[in-house]
Amino acid sequence: MLKRLFMVLALALMAVMFFDIAGNYSERTELTGISKHYANEGADELGAANLVASVVITYRGLDTLGEVTVLFISAAGASLLLRRRREKLAGEDSPRRYAESSEIVQTTLSILFPIILLFGVYIFINGHLTPGGGFQGGAVIASGILFFMLARPNDSLSHSLLVRIESLSGFTYVVLGLLGVILAGGFLDNRVIPLGDFGSLFSAGLIPLINILIGLKVGSELGSLLQKFKE
Amino acid sequence: MPISSIVLVTGLLLILIGLWAMFVHKNIIRMIIGFSIIDTGIHMVMVALGYITGGTAPIFDDVVNVADSSIQIVDPVPSALVLTAIVIGLGVTAIMLSYAVMIYNAKKSLSIDDCAEQKW
Repeated sequence: MLKRLFMVLALALMAVMFFDIAGNYSERTELTGISKHYANEGADELGAANLVASVVITYRGLDTLGEVTVLFISAAGASLLLRRRREKLAGEDSPRRYAESSEIVQTTLSILFPIILLFGVYIFINGHLTPGGGFQGGAVIASGILFFMLARPNDSLSHSLLVRIESLSGFTYVVLGLLGVILAGGFLDNRVIPLGDFGSLFSAGLIPLINILIGLKVGSELGSLLQKFKE
Repeated sequence: MPISSIVLVTGLLLILIGLWAMFVHKNIIRMIIGFSIIDTGIHMVMVALGYITGGTAPIFDDVVNVADSSIQIVDPVPSALVLTAIVIGLGVTAIMLSYAVMIYNAKKSLSIDDCAEQKW
């Protein structure tokens, strides 16, 4: 009973706090501070049409590297936690067989699977020009992998291939960041190679390359995570 | 009522609903769903706070030019932060779900009441 009372009290206090926030909120009409600098100088400095991409990949590039690391550690932690269980079960029965999915689903898979992968690649290659980027494209690729696992539950993707793609792209990401220290203004600076024409596909220096690496890394990481949960 | 206030109030309500779900439910999976609802609410609040009246997506093209960009586009920094937050939330959810799998294997139950030996 006491627990329930505390619960209601905590929620009520949160509600009072939020009421205050919502009551005092007024919409901003102009960018201020660092955002204003990004908006006015970002296009000239980094040459990327998508300002969010230049903030994520270059201005706050260290955060993104940390974010990729957090995702890697959580995937590694999840596979560590789930592996113990599989080893314990290994002695008890042979690998589980799932019921085959229907022919309609399998045919749809063979038509849609390449298109989904292609769409994911499109999203991360054009991340510096259109809404999108490495993480979004990687999530689309992972959804394609999930579809594959649902439609053909008895086939498994090559685990070592996924791990190799993931570690290679993570390593290259850090190497490109270090190139920025040597050839340009600092760690993860994108001006290592020429900026190119504003708004074209080959522009914004290293941003498209880093987007591709993040997309490959996130896609393979989420794919192997889903595979672990299936097992 | 401006559009960003609606998003802000919805986000704050979602945070309260998620907290309530985490408090009330005994099932671990439902607590994780509560966490995801809080996560979504926080993202909505952050996006709402970055809104500029009449602003559009921070992508430069024929309509949005660099000179007047500070009144034409929404704040890019909260958008970038929300992108980070979504990915981190996904990682945390994956870890929580694998702990739920471990607890289920150890106790054959998903109820938090069956994990009583750690209770204060």
